[in-house]
Amino acid sequence: MELTTVQRIRQDFPALSMQVYGKQLVFLDSAASSLKPISVIEGVADYYKTINSNVHRGNYRISQLASDSYDGVRGKMKEYLHAGSDAEIVFTKGTTEAINLLAHGLAADIKEGDHILVTEMEHHANILPWQHLCAQKKAILKVVPLNEDGTLKIDKLKSLLNENTKILAVTHVSNVLGTINPLKEIIELAHRSNTKVVVDGAQGIVHGPVDVQDIDCDFYVFSGHKFYAPMGVGVLYGKEKWLQEMEPYQLGGSMIDQVSFEKTTFKDSPHKFEGGTPNVGGVIGLGLAIDYIESIGWEFIHKVESELLAYAESELRKIKGLQIIGNAENKGPISSFSVNGVHAYDIGTLLDRFGVACRTGNHCTQPMHDGLGLAGTVRASYAFYNTKEEIDIFIDALKRTIDMLR
Amino acid sequence: MNIREIETELVEEFEMFEDWMEKYNYIIDLGKNLPIMDNKLKTQENLVTGCQSQVYLHGELKDGKVYFTADSDALIPKGIVSILLRVVSGHSPESILNAELKFISEIGLEEHLSPNRANGLMAMVSQMKKYALVFKSQMN
Repeated sequence: MELTTVQRIRQDFPALSMQVYGKQLVFLDSAASSLKPISVIEGVADYYKTINSNVHRGNYRISQLASDSYDGVRGKMKEYLHAGSDAEIVFTKGTTEAINLLAHGLAADIKEGDHILVTEMEHHANILPWQHLCAQKKAILKVVPLNEDGTLKIDKLKSLLNENTKILAVTHVSNVLGTINPLKEIIELAHRSNTKVVVDGAQGIVHGPVDVQDIDCDFYVFSGHKFYAPMGVGVLYGKEKWLQEMEPYQLGGSMIDQVSFEKTTFKDSPHKFEGGTPNVGGVIGLGLAIDYIESIGWEFIHKVESELLAYAESELRKIKGLQIIGNAENKGPISSFSVNGVHAYDIGTLLDRFGVACRTGNHCTQPMHDGLGLAGTVRASYAFYNTKEEIDIFIDALKRTIDMLR
Repeated sequence: MNIREIETELVEEFEMFEDWMEKYNYIIDLGKNLPIMDNKLKTQENLVTGCQSQVYLHGELKDGKVYFTADSDALIPKGIVSILLRVVSGHSPESILNAELKFISEIGLEEHLSPNRANGLMAMVSQMKKYALVFKSQMN
């Protein structure tokens, strides 16, 4: 029998064959961390088995090979994001570190009374570093509110932007609502007031191709582990002119030009932001993740994921007392919901026993949940390796779960 | 009955359940039937941290014994705290402090609970022991 494309793809993800409590695992939490294809897993292992060595330090063969692989991924990532140069691609340990690096590096631009703009749908990682920076500089954190369907109030954004607004920190895709923000429009608006735009691409990078020059963002950051790559590696894209101006975040080995006890000068970007030994294996895995995604193709990924989202949400809507949180027209493969009179946590606990892995709680967006008057939600997120049959198992388990709890 | 005897009784009850669903249905029922907690006792101090749901746990000393009341906004943690109350409530601070509460793993709660909730369960136990410790020092 010939396998369908999805069945073939599923064979690339060994974790899909996991059993929990004697049942086949149904993994619907890719928005928290995607599963990894075997090519990434084995590629990382191969690095440790073969050219394992530190990069940019060793004057011997395998260190040169490791350095070439590491720098090669930078070049590949530059192409992938359509960045202007390798200097614009900084490897970090993830989205959170990248945003903290930026909040530190952009601090010199911020003075008392300046505004930093975030949106109500931001993940804590894209709020707290800015909140902290505002507190340090006596700057003011302003928040762009949401419409009922989970989209941004663009009019409010317009009215909040002015010459005092130094930074706008906005997510590409909401990790709870699924909303895909109109980045091009937002960035164009922000640039009218010379506001730099930091895009949290943690969810956006897995939604489709990103062209940083086309959207004209100043910074775009994301984690590898949601992008089918290993944990502990991420990317900070930044316009070269801004990166060269910025102070380094962590000081240490391999990021310096000259060091004496009197004075140290730093290398240029990206090296000045990559002090210490980088996650070479992780970066190699990141490069293999790009290869993997390109071998599947965005067209296919997008088709499967939008079909799964549409099917799951049509089934979810049939459940009495269930509300889907986030109903933007342009939405990534994420369904968050609450059920009248039933606690999200109880739902998650029982779904787990049915073998279904979903996320419950406030998903690191406590201010937004407070704003919606919700203690927590259940979130199911879908990837191109999920199937309609898995959605059926999830919906059936959810119905039985709700029956048990009512 | 002392704490260990109640634990043994519980373990025997749980052995009767044929599958996880029966067990959870029982826990959910216990949650639904937990006596109402006085809203005045739902203070920040009585909030058990380390749970994804809001669990309140309050202890009172009466005639040398500690009596607990509890509540949660979620049913399963409420059922679990109800089980803890049945085992721990109404005993002396000394015996609560010494209780090993092996029943938690013996009835498969630990094994079947997600790590988050297992931590929540441990947090409930530690809140109860804290109360016992305070009362013990008051009695001396």
